[in-house]
Amino acid sequence: MAKLKTIYLAIIFLFLYAPIGVLIAQSFNESRYRGNWTGFTLKWYESLFENEDILNALSNTISIGFFSALIATIFALITCLALREVGKKWRAMFMSAANVPILNADIVTGISLMLLFLGLGMKLGYGSILLAHVVFNVPYVMLCIMPQLIALDKSFYEAALDLGASPFKAFTSVVLPELRPSIFAGFLLAFTMSADDFIITYFTRGAGVDTLPTAIYSQLKLGIHPEMYALSTLVFFTILIFVILFAMNRKKI
Amino acid sequence: MFRSVGIRNLFLAPFCIWAGVFIFVPLIFIAWYGVTNADGNFSLENLEMIFQTEFFRSLEVSVILALVSTIVCLILAYPLCLILVERAKSAGLIITLLFVLPLWMNTLLSTMAWQTILEKNGILNQLLRFFSLPDFTLINTSAAVVIGMIYNYLPYMVLPLYVALSKIDLSVIEAAKDLGASTWKTFYKIILPLSLPGAISGVTMVFIPALTTFAISALLGGGKLLLIGNVIEQEFTFEYDWHLGSALSIVLMIFIVVNMIITLAFDNSHEETSD
Repeated sequence: MAKLKTIYLAIIFLFLYAPIGVLIAQSFNESRYRGNWTGFTLKWYESLFENEDILNALSNTISIGFFSALIATIFALITCLALREVGKKWRAMFMSAANVPILNADIVTGISLMLLFLGLGMKLGYGSILLAHVVFNVPYVMLCIMPQLIALDKSFYEAALDLGASPFKAFTSVVLPELRPSIFAGFLLAFTMSADDFIITYFTRGAGVDTLPTAIYSQLKLGIHPEMYALSTLVFFTILIFVILFAMNRKKI
Repeated sequence: MFRSVGIRNLFLAPFCIWAGVFIFVPLIFIAWYGVTNADGNFSLENLEMIFQTEFFRSLEVSVILALVSTIVCLILAYPLCLILVERAKSAGLIITLLFVLPLWMNTLLSTMAWQTILEKNGILNQLLRFFSLPDFTLINTSAAVVIGMIYNYLPYMVLPLYVALSKIDLSVIEAAKDLGASTWKTFYKIILPLSLPGAISGVTMVFIPALTTFAISALLGGGKLLLIGNVIEQEFTFEYDWHLGSALSIVLMIFIVVNMIITLAFDNSHEETSD
């Protein structure tokens, strides 16, 4: 039985990592055509740092991810603080309203935001992508912060007030430290969702502005630039290292 | 936490404005485009178009493929999560994280890699030829699209299911076994009902994106297999018929709402039994 279980894990593991293996192999492939192995090379890793389109898309992805996560986190925190004090029914209603952009299909959210931006006469571009990402990131952060905020013991905050702290001081020195893990988790989740989003970005971007996913999509028809494989290999191993470090730390605690 | 209701409402106000502008007005835009024609007059012709054979066919294929992928994901994820929960005790979190890690690989690139694996002279066929087995070409079929969907959305099934299963108190399972229940009966009577909420959120998280994708079908279906997502994308980016595209989006939203109602119904019945 234990052997059978290991075999099952191995099969699923193979299924999940076969394409990743193909991509990594592709990044070392001499030929720029996929599925055609002509020899080992590192040249794509060198030319990656000269490919302005990819570097631009990468910097857009990172900056949109960072700023949309930051804005969404601040916004979600303010809203959750207020929602803590409304009744249970109202809170559930507000939360479901906030969740609409992520419960809805990405394609519907993307199109509806595009119609809104064009309807308001906004120019599609970096700003519209950023705004759209904040829209779908707010509920993710709220989902992370809300449970911990509800579980938070209010009396510490009140004690700080009784001892003469200003509400702001009491908030930053009592409430905020308690919430730090969930704020951090929300920020990270929002950043990941933003960096990985393709469909909503696709509909809300303007000509000439690309994030990595949309850059990849536009390259699909003419063939992916092999530098893209090199970049995703680097990204994959970076995340793998972080995950391993995280798991090892957790084990110690 | 606030000295007065007024201050609390001051904190709540930005969200209310935000939700109005960026959550509800966009949906009104879609609804408005969906029920008007190019001249701006009210008309239901776009919504009626859906019953035209080609669109209806796309919708039908999308629902079938999404259902198949969801069911396969569920069947694959249950034993996987059960094994992972069991192994997590000795091996720690790392083994579970490895099964979610592919989420961080770009969807489009890994789907592209499936193209390399499944195509006529792809890796799968080269392997089969190496072992002198007959060719097995899946690319540009609905099976390839289903594989792509399962690949991309399996982690979304694994995550909630794993969380639900890891919360089950092991002594309950042991008690069932001590009382003479078979493995299958323990699963059916104990594990399944207790993990149902996780399974349901997993089903939603797989079904909705699978129903509405257009990238996976474009890459692995060879442009011949038009899912409802492909049709909507074409209406917005090639045909520029926003009215028809919006009407089709409204139809998608009906599916999402139905899905949400089913989920909520399951959630409520579960809460009643657990309270």
